Amino acid sequence: MNNIQLDSQGRLKHFLGIEGLKRSLLIDILDTAASLINVPEKSVKKVPLLRGKTVVNLFFEPSTRTRTTFELAAKRLSADVLNFNVSTSSTSKGETLIDMLRNLEAMHCDMFIVRHGASGAAYFMAQHVAPDISIINAGDGQHAHPTQAMLDMYTIRQYKGDFAPLRVAIVGDIRHSRVARSDIQALTILGVSQVRVVGPKTLIPMEVETLGVKVFHDLKAGLKDVDVVIMLRLQRERMLEGALLPPSVYEYFQYYGLTKEVLKVTHPDAIVMHPGPINRGVEIDSNVADGPDSVILQQVSNGIAVRMAVMAMTLGAVSEKKDAK
Amino acid sequence: MATLSIIGGRVIDPASNLDLITDLHIAEERIIAIGSPPADFSADKQIDATGQIVCPGLIDLSVRLREPGAEEKGTIFSETRAAAANGITTVCCPPDTDPVIDSQAVAELLQQRAAKAGMAKVLSLAALTEGLKGQHLANMGILKGAGCIAVSNVLPIVNTEVFRYALEYAASCDLLVFFHAKDPWLGNNGYVHEGAMGTRLGLSGIPEATETIEVARDLLLIEMTGVRAHFCQLSSARAVDMIKQAQAKGLPVTADVSAHHLFLSEQDINNYNTQSYVFPPLRTEADKQGLQEGLLQGTINAICSDHQPHEADAKLNPFSMAAPGISGLDTLLPLTLQFAEMRELDLMTALSYVTHKPAQILGLDVGNLAIGHPADICIFDPESCWRLSPENMRSKGHNSPFLEWEFKGEVSYTVINGRIISD
Repeated sequence: MNNIQLDSQGRLKHFLGIEGLKRSLLIDILDTAASLINVPEKSVKKVPLLRGKTVVNLFFEPSTRTRTTFELAAKRLSADVLNFNVSTSSTSKGETLIDMLRNLEAMHCDMFIVRHGASGAAYFMAQHVAPDISIINAGDGQHAHPTQAMLDMYTIRQYKGDFAPLRVAIVGDIRHSRVARSDIQALTILGVSQVRVVGPKTLIPMEVETLGVKVFHDLKAGLKDVDVVIMLRLQRERMLEGALLPPSVYEYFQYYGLTKEVLKVTHPDAIVMHPGPINRGVEIDSNVADGPDSVILQQVSNGIAVRMAVMAMTLGAVSEKKDAK
Repeated sequence: MATLSIIGGRVIDPASNLDLITDLHIAEERIIAIGSPPADFSADKQIDATGQIVCPGLIDLSVRLREPGAEEKGTIFSETRAAAANGITTVCCPPDTDPVIDSQAVAELLQQRAAKAGMAKVLSLAALTEGLKGQHLANMGILKGAGCIAVSNVLPIVNTEVFRYALEYAASCDLLVFFHAKDPWLGNNGYVHEGAMGTRLGLSGIPEATETIEVARDLLLIEMTGVRAHFCQLSSARAVDMIKQAQAKGLPVTADVSAHHLFLSEQDINNYNTQSYVFPPLRTEADKQGLQEGLLQGTINAICSDHQPHEADAKLNPFSMAAPGISGLDTLLPLTLQFAEMRELDLMTALSYVTHKPAQILGLDVGNLAIGHPADICIFDPESCWRLSPENMRSKGHNSPFLEWEFKGEVSYTVINGRIISD
């Protein structure tokens, strides 16, 4: 699936998910991001790649961090940015998603950055949007968060270089996590040696092995000798009303919280990542989050360059390598 | 009264095991002769059925007419007409209309509007509990008196004590109970089968146990109360096995499967195809095979359409925001014929799943071509090839995962009470 995100030459038309993309294209995104990484450090923090283009942030779910980094990325590419906080406007007035899409199209924008609570929402919008508009998925339900996955890959490459020998563990609420699904797909396509998911059965989705991962229910066993640890937040808002899927936050931290002690079983050079927002004392101990192995804030910085790269590539503003297809 | 002869067709009547090229004669709304007409008979009208199949009109065990309550999706007139155009002469309407069929007034409204439409006959099911809420028993005796042929709660009954008494009371009224096996809690927030596809697409799952736990509970209550029971639209191979065992023990249980569950699996929700969004969910390839085998082995007795028409906008949404259900009247016969071809079944057996067998489940002497019976007949060209499109769908709802499918076999005439409905 997701073929609609590529044009006939195999270039990015939309960016909806990692699934179905070639390794060369993912590498291309990382390389393009690398070429843009120094833009914010210059005295003029802008490049003119998207000058004259209008980018709409269309957020149906509340988000500060992701929306802000997309906004910053668009502005650094010299695009005009429109922020639409939809959860408080049209849908509550009964307008359908299609009608809203038609209205926004009429404003002659070039790109919609979409976050939506329903899995497949970005795919749905790409299916129905006018052909000259690009859709970027900024997170759809429990399905995908591809720019987060690419900034994670960027960060991993930055610290580890080659993907092939790496063992990566993703820990925590896999069931409700779109980041986990996109990370698993990106890591698999980039050819790491092993992807593990670690958590209690309640937080591991059924038949997740079919995505190419190894499942662990014991934290120390799951982290043994890994090079990269990706911690996930407990998405309590998506859990059964009144029932945490681990019985309590306190118990969860006892068994699945990342502490200095637990971290000893990993490879000595292991890095600790987290897509944020972090919950200290729930999934991660403060002295790990703030410790020398943590690259959590680096992920945030990298996110801007990666989002600049994806936006520029989908709007055809940078020439991609010929082998990208 | 008009008389009618259907000449030269291949007459197939699964109930009497008849498969013969012959003529059929109708007078005063009834079949009066097969073969030579009575001496003084003259036909006002003749249908030349050469090269065509003449069989009993189809009986569909689950058809949402959408009236009363959701007329933007369909009406008694639009959907009984669509049924008739597709060779279906009798439809069973579940009680989850709005208002619910739990009063004589609503039951009569359905009967009157169906009679006025003059298309496919409507058999309504009554609610097992008031408002389908699972708290107070419905007036089942009165509803039976108003013409309801069976009872069903459609929604899960949480309180087992209420459930038990409702079934006992239904048994006392000698009413058949339709069961929609679904645990009240498990997978309640789910959209698709809980498995590889749902995990990949990030759609919350409905595990197989949602169905099997409830089948187990239902079977124990059926045994305890002695009620006659029918399981609707099974979705898992395991549920088929459970019902097979119950039947072997001598429990009075039957089952049906929707035509789409025989052909589709979770693979068909790939790309978030909302046309395949349906409850119970499409499950694995193994489940699909299990349902097919269940039908061939006789554990499952009938195929229904589980017709649920929608307006186009209802499906034009991200998956979890779309409305579940498939508009199935237009594909019941075509898929049944395709199933016959796929599993190398003779036409007699295949047609029994949509004529004689559903009639047997209902305990009604319909769905056959017996002399003296109301002349409800389907005539179709078994060689005619066509492609399903929104333009040729007769239902008001064009929501179908089978759009663009090629089918062989097309209805040319439907006769209801001796009257030609479509030609």
